[in-house]
Amino acid sequence: MTSYSPMALSEELQPIAPAKLVVDHVSKEFVTGRGTVKALDDVSLSIGEGEFVCLVGPSGCGKSTLLNIIAGLDHPDSGQVLANGKPVSEPGRDRMVMFQEHALFPWLDVTGNVMFGLNLKPNLTKSDRRDVAQFYIKLVGLERFASSNIHELSGGMKQRVALARALAPNPRVLLMDEPFAALDALTREQLYGDIQKIWDVRKKTIVFVTHNVREAACLGNRVVLFSPHPGRIREEFKIDLARPRDINSVELAEYSTEITRALKGYFKGEGAAE
Amino acid sequence: MNRLLGALRRLLTSLLFFAALVWVWHFLVHRGTWSAVVLPDPSAVWAYLVGAVKDGTLLSACGVTMRRLLIGYAISIVLGIPLGLLTARFKVCSDTIGVLALGLQTLPSVCWVPLTLLWYGQTEAAMLFVVVMGSLWSMVIATDNGVRNVPPIFSRAARTMGAKPIYTLVFVMLPASLPFIVSGMKQGWAFAWRSLMAAEIYVTILTGFGLGQLLDSGRDLSAMDQVIGIMIVIIVIGLLADKILFSPWERFLHHRWGTGRA
Repeated sequence: MTSYSPMALSEELQPIAPAKLVVDHVSKEFVTGRGTVKALDDVSLSIGEGEFVCLVGPSGCGKSTLLNIIAGLDHPDSGQVLANGKPVSEPGRDRMVMFQEHALFPWLDVTGNVMFGLNLKPNLTKSDRRDVAQFYIKLVGLERFASSNIHELSGGMKQRVALARALAPNPRVLLMDEPFAALDALTREQLYGDIQKIWDVRKKTIVFVTHNVREAACLGNRVVLFSPHPGRIREEFKIDLARPRDINSVELAEYSTEITRALKGYFKGEGAAE
Repeated sequence: MNRLLGALRRLLTSLLFFAALVWVWHFLVHRGTWSAVVLPDPSAVWAYLVGAVKDGTLLSACGVTMRRLLIGYAISIVLGIPLGLLTARFKVCSDTIGVLALGLQTLPSVCWVPLTLLWYGQTEAAMLFVVVMGSLWSMVIATDNGVRNVPPIFSRAARTMGAKPIYTLVFVMLPASLPFIVSGMKQGWAFAWRSLMAAEIYVTILTGFGLGQLLDSGRDLSAMDQVIGIMIVIIVIGLLADKILFSPWERFLHHRWGTGRA
């Protein structure tokens, strides 16, 4: 076992081929106290292997719902999501999620949290899991805090741990639901750099939900614009800028201005229609 | 070094406080405010305790009581935590066992004594039953409460990492409710202790002579030095249990969760 283990470990740490995602005519309604809300209305979207796609729109446009459906945490009323050709019916380690709240477990230290998903992954020895966890903790720059308690970390550090935890099982897809929304601007800027670097090194398909247009333009290869009531895809923007991108650059500002203008246009249109 | 000095100072403060308390007690008896029959002098209580330790009655009574208490308490924890998990997760369990737990929680468990004597006779089983009835329900309720207070995002996060329901229950819901469970364990301990003392004073069980019975025999003999001596032993055991049984848990909670120390 010991002679076999180092092989398996180096294999485990190799970047895995990213997955292709297909959202195929997905609709989803929610019944609330004030009636039914059409969160997603016949949404179709194709995301390439290793693509970084940002879903942008105001709250209530169904972007988070779509992310949950891709994650397998929610089920569509009609339509389906295919991950590498296979229909998604439940959560799986090939699609890891990072939430807006860090959702770290307070009874475990940093290493314990990163190892949680690894403990559920078969065919790894205890020391392999520890090594893998260490690798990702280092990747997010927290090696000095490997045995820290969660409450001792700052907001940005907590999200880094959450990122390491999501990366540790080596998923093909990373689903991020406004992961930086609760952080201060300076910390956020740092994380923009980190996430682009990690995307470059680890080759993931990333679906990133945000209501921050500038953030979307900074991170995505493609920005998909949603509008609410009912949740629909309105427009897509390809962002052809070299990486790493700086959130404060002028070229980026041009893109985000264009997207913001489009966003406002749909709002005006909706207002006139009502 | 500073921490050692701090601990020493705190110990000294406690010791001084209790010495002052004993002195006031001694002073009042000495002045004749109360007769020595009603309130014996501290020295009489001390003499009783020394005598009882020497002839072995005190230690054997402690042994009998602690055995009943620890076994009964362990049964309560082993049954109470799974029951609490069930009532928190399943509506059927919450509408049945949950309501039962809430109801029986309000019943002082010494009320069970007449029935248990009929069922089990004057046996250890009768005593254990009373202890379990005293502490089980607060364990169930605390666990139930703890699980219900776990943020839903924890189980969602666990699901995305591939955790199945049972795994989530044991490795997420249970540790996440630890702060509630530990306070439930403390409450359960207090209830178990009270139940057992009430039961031991209420009935004499031939298989073992516990602290409660020793206290009751002090009443029969009108020996208040014995009564007060046993009361002090009961208090000391309670304090020690708190330090030995619960302090490690509370330190862990404080360390990991960063919550305030009680």
